[in-house]
Amino acid sequence: MIWTSIFIAGILTYFTRMSMVTLIRKEMISDNLRKILSYVPSVVFPSIIFPGVLLDDFGNFVTIGDPKILGAVSALVIGFFTRNVILTIVSGLSSYWAFIFVF
Amino acid sequence: MPSKYEIFKIGIKDVAPHLLSVFPFGIIFGAIGIELGFSPLFTYATSLIIFGGASQIVFLQLLSGGASSLIAITSVGVINSRHFLYGAVLSEYLQKLSLAKKLFISYFIVDQGFAVSNQYFKKNPTGEFNHYHLIGSGIILWFIWQVSTIIGIYLGSIVPEELGLKFAIPLTFIAIIVNELRKFDHILVMLISGLAATFFYNAPFKTYIIISPLIGLFAAMVINKLKK
Repeated sequence: MIWTSIFIAGILTYFTRMSMVTLIRKEMISDNLRKILSYVPSVVFPSIIFPGVLLDDFGNFVTIGDPKILGAVSALVIGFFTRNVILTIVSGLSSYWAFIFVF
Repeated sequence: MPSKYEIFKIGIKDVAPHLLSVFPFGIIFGAIGIELGFSPLFTYATSLIIFGGASQIVFLQLLSGGASSLIAITSVGVINSRHFLYGAVLSEYLQKLSLAKKLFISYFIVDQGFAVSNQYFKKNPTGEFNHYHLIGSGIILWFIWQVSTIIGIYLGSIVPEELGLKFAIPLTFIAIIVNELRKFDHILVMLISGLAATFFYNAPFKTYIIISPLIGLFAAMVINKLKK
């Protein structure tokens, strides 16, 4: 039973990946729709980032001085000015750790 | 014009920095599976069959917490429903491929691969072999995810929990969207989606993951109407 559920979950996930790629034809996408779809990264990733930073494991708000907030702010600033992915992640993690282990 | 193999390598190179967070996340996932009492084989099977980080954690947590299979499966489906949006965006660039190729590439559509390959497609909209970028980014992410899951299964307990490596995921996503912060309409849409996600976080079946992007897209539509 438990193995069946992995396979169903896997098929379902695969379906979310292949359906649009195989079903949508070019003529279905109007210029307007294309414009809206260009926002997809800007709507999906913040939907994961915000709760990941602002909420704890139980879904409660963290305090303003939480290490995650410091880490996120530092990643945002470094990322904005350097446009470098590695520096963004490293700066975020290191300020997060600095806050946890040093202060 | 770059060859297939060159574009494949560009795909790997473009997504490589994100492996910095995918790798530890895979280790954490492997460790969580074992900690929750699942066998190494079962834990690993989710990485191969579902291949979707956050959804795998939720899947195992729900099953170990006594939730029904139906609830666990539904949650996986909801969390991964964001791929519908990725697929819609990518469809335009994969248009000319055969069905078999589309079906093959689809297995490798994940967050970071979608993000970097979509950027590449936007810059090179006409390249005949563009899809090799997505294959490159997708396959390396897949490979690292499989390896890190296995490492996590056997050695994950060594990694101290205090490191909070889960935090690497929001960071890798920040790195993805940070360039869009140069555009005011994108900032607005990001704030709306992010705050909606925070607000709906406790909605059943993790539906916030799809509700909030849809709210954000609606906002984007309104903003574009107003701009005209």
